[in-house]
Amino acid sequence: MGLLDRLRQRLTRTRSILSDGISAIFRGGRKIDASLLDELEELLYTSDLGPAATPIVAELARLHKRGDINGEEDVRDTLREILLSKLDQTPSEFDFSSTPMVILIVGVNGSGKTTTIAKLCQRFADQGKSVIVGAADTFRAAAADQLEVWAERTGADIVRSHKDGADPAAIAFDTVEAAVSRGKDVAIIDTAGRLHTQKNLMAELEKIRRVVGRRVANAPQETWLVIDATNGQNAISQAREFTSSVEVTGLLIAKLDGTARGGALFGIKEALGLPVRFVGTGESVELLEEFEPGAFVDAILGRIE
Amino acid sequence: MFETLTDRLNTTFSFLRGRKTLTSENIAEGLSEVRSALLDADVHFAVARDFSARVEARIQGSAQVAEVEPSQQFVHAFHQELVELMGPEDAQLNFAKKGPTVILMAGLQGAGKTTTCAKLALYLRDKRGKRPLFVAADIKRPAAVEQLKVLGRRLEMPVFFEEGLGPPALCKRGVEFAAKNGYDLVLLDTAGRLHIDDELMDELNEIARTTRPHNQVLVVDAMTGQDAVNSAKAFDERLSLTGCILTKLDGDARGGAAVSLKAVTGRPILFIGTGENIEDLDAFHPERMAGRILGLGDVVSLVEKAQEEISEHEAQASMEKMLLGSFTLEDMLAQMRMMRKLGPMKKVMAMMPGMPKEARDMDIDEQDMNRLEALFTSMTAEERLKPALLDMGRRRRIARGAGQPIGAVNDLLKRFKGMKQMMKQMNKLGLGGMFGADAKKETLRGLSSSGELASDTGGLMNTLGGLGSGIGAGMKGLGNKLLGGGMPSDMGDLGSMLNSPPPRGTSATRKASTKSKREKAKKDKRKQAKRNRRRK
Repeated sequence: MGLLDRLRQRLTRTRSILSDGISAIFRGGRKIDASLLDELEELLYTSDLGPAATPIVAELARLHKRGDINGEEDVRDTLREILLSKLDQTPSEFDFSSTPMVILIVGVNGSGKTTTIAKLCQRFADQGKSVIVGAADTFRAAAADQLEVWAERTGADIVRSHKDGADPAAIAFDTVEAAVSRGKDVAIIDTAGRLHTQKNLMAELEKIRRVVGRRVANAPQETWLVIDATNGQNAISQAREFTSSVEVTGLLIAKLDGTARGGALFGIKEALGLPVRFVGTGESVELLEEFEPGAFVDAILGRIE
Repeated sequence: MFETLTDRLNTTFSFLRGRKTLTSENIAEGLSEVRSALLDADVHFAVARDFSARVEARIQGSAQVAEVEPSQQFVHAFHQELVELMGPEDAQLNFAKKGPTVILMAGLQGAGKTTTCAKLALYLRDKRGKRPLFVAADIKRPAAVEQLKVLGRRLEMPVFFEEGLGPPALCKRGVEFAAKNGYDLVLLDTAGRLHIDDELMDELNEIARTTRPHNQVLVVDAMTGQDAVNSAKAFDERLSLTGCILTKLDGDARGGAAVSLKAVTGRPILFIGTGENIEDLDAFHPERMAGRILGLGDVVSLVEKAQEEISEHEAQASMEKMLLGSFTLEDMLAQMRMMRKLGPMKKVMAMMPGMPKEARDMDIDEQDMNRLEALFTSMTAEERLKPALLDMGRRRRIARGAGQPIGAVNDLLKRFKGMKQMMKQMNKLGLGGMFGADAKKETLRGLSSSGELASDTGGLMNTLGGLGSGIGAGMKGLGNKLLGGGMPSDMGDLGSMLNSPPPRGTSATRKASTKSKREKAKKDKRKQAKRNRRRK
């Protein structure tokens, strides 16, 4: 079974509420009219599409007026097309040419940063790359221990401090330093979870970036924001604030294995246009997939192929 | 980012401004606005729909109140319903009559269970005199046990853990250990799990069965979207939840999940997590939450912040000066500094309820605030105490000292005079007058958190001024008073004082300042003299 199939299967293993909802709206052979479109708009909210739902429904209304859409199937197909067009992105290639490639991982508390890093380690190791991780989360109790366990399991090196409250920028610097001297391909820096509204903590991230850039030019080449797929409209606010503090270059969507579908992504895309790098689809360490817009949209629409 | 509900409703009802009546059409329109506001706040859409039906009934059942804008009546009805839905106010944990009280903590991954365990233990030790014991039952996530142990060391509370036991057995042994060793509170920290993971949900059920916890608490991330309903429902089916704790409310999440949670599980929200530190756990207040969800601004937080940053004494002193009319440039500077302590002006503005959109969007540059402060500090202490001294020569010197054009000095003085003028009027009218008709205040009482505020915050509250006394009208008062009470009652002026000076040379501003110039100077002198006498 290919990667894509696995993703599809995982994402569609429960029927989506949106899909059931669309069926319910059309029950009894209802025709498309203003009130049905209203209901459809509300329904789109169930997938955390939020305000992004409004222009989508407006487009459906326009097409209906033109006579292009006439029933449930048309609505489903057109929805798929519209959603897909909103996720348009160039394939998530990133550049390994300058080593070490330094990746900074940021996100709010509990979004799944450390677990996602473990998965990234596994993935890069599987591609034959040597990896070092830096435990720059010096705030949460035992965060470094957690990362160390993962580093051991995935065969990555780790740079960490053994005392609480060490300077995260110093650890980030040491990680890059070690990556250079040990000739590692990839250095991944784990940072403490922080709510995007905390100014001083966001400033701390900027400092980490600066310090890392002092050791290796252009580093960090990638800064990835981890978004919890169960988050609602607040995810857009997170993306906006993190992007304005540190140049976020991509998104990682974690926890897509539940019943939430990460619909807030559409709002993020619309506001910031960030590419999605990977999606986490389960607890075990190999469950990290490359983002595939088609599969993502099918999961939201509950289409099983 | 979001339009507040008040803004939206004002738009909806704007064509009614003159007539002030509610009709079935504009009620329907208003309801749809309110529904969008709830959805923006991540309230589940089915919950939002049921809910707005109830509000409709409430609105139609209540008589139109004269003097109250339909939009305000709308918001009021919604706020009331929300408060009732999310209540009761002081939900309690269940405590065992004999033996240790057991609290089972459950939730999705990353909701904040372990951190909340620590917060709850500290809270119950300090407020209830409990002797807590943690049981580290998350053997799934690497180093989760270690995390709890570190927290336990910090709090000087023991952590029970035995290698090789499954979570149900571990929890059972932990409770037995507590009973034997005189701990009267046991917190079971379980692994985060997906509500659709049958195996792990069975395990959770097994833990509940073997330990018979007095409290089965679901921990939920306040940033959760529509899915909150699905997970809460699933956890409630497998456990007998007794309450929920909402975490990460220190961010800007609107927290609509709270509504969904309550609607789906019917269980009270016990506490909210409001920060990264172990002390940051607060009782849940439906009023505050309702205000937050509706985008009415976070008055309470503003007041609390003010309490932290500004001493009662400072605030009282400046208030007295305002009332006695002995307000000087020195006091204006002090108030400006006081205000700035609350944080960047833009943030402070955002927290104020009922702010017109323009005021919230106003780009307040901290640089401009600095520039303003530079003007003040370029004056001598004597000049600040006796503004009447400031002739052209002195003004020129101040401008040079601050590195700004002389117009900037003149603007500042103009504002100062405006403030003094306003204070005089305030005195005449009595403070209440600022907040609009009493009837309006009464109607809107539920909307503001005034009752709560009054009891919560005591004297400082008075000084910060009518923060809660009615959204909208009261707001103007707040801005004025925080800043020294001076501005005519629309927020545009607040902005002009803070930052972008009004275009110089326009006749309107000129006129205002020259009108009673001589008269004012005389009065200023008289007041200054009075003040000096008092000092002696």
